[in-house]
Amino acid sequence: MSNKTLTRADLTEAVYEAVGLSRNESSELVESVLGTIADRLVDGENVKISSFGSFLVRHKNGRTGRNPKTGEEVPIDPRRVLVFRPSQVMKDRINN
Amino acid sequence: MIKSELITLIAEANPHLFYRDVERLVSTIFDEITGALARGERVELRGFGAFSVKERPARTGRNPRTGEKVHVEEKRVPYFKTGKDLRERLNS
Repeated sequence: MSNKTLTRADLTEAVYEAVGLSRNESSELVESVLGTIADRLVDGENVKISSFGSFLVRHKNGRTGRNPKTGEEVPIDPRRVLVFRPSQVMKDRINN
Repeated sequence: MIKSELITLIAEANPHLFYRDVERLVSTIFDEITGALARGERVELRGFGAFSVKERPARTGRNPRTGEKVHVEEKRVPYFKTGKDLRERLNS
């Protein structure tokens, strides 16, 4: 297992090489793709990227939690969480 | 929203780009992420989230219909953890 981590800079570089725009514009476009996805999710919309996976917004009910260290009860408010479901294509690529 | 709608939105916001370049741009981003995960690497996109690969050990599963035991090979599964900014935006 490699310790390398891919970041925005790597995505920018890949876009720069694949599309042939300036590095600056490539970087802005990477940001705009991530930002557009985030905005839709915040609006409560699911985002499905074929052959990659789906980002789904789930609603969690409030419940009474407990601080495991002190045993103290703490209320947990209802909230929205994001789950990512990888596509079969991605699962296959990761296992081969 | 699906991928083609995402491409259209980015294309509309950038009328100076060819549609096919926007398609290539969006595909490149997702291909790079998948490629990194396939090499066992992490992908960290601050504010958005982080993708990593988790190892699931081999186990003995059961066919739920017949109850028969089946060996399940070890496998790797992609995992996504929502970034702090996005998690907060989802709940504000």
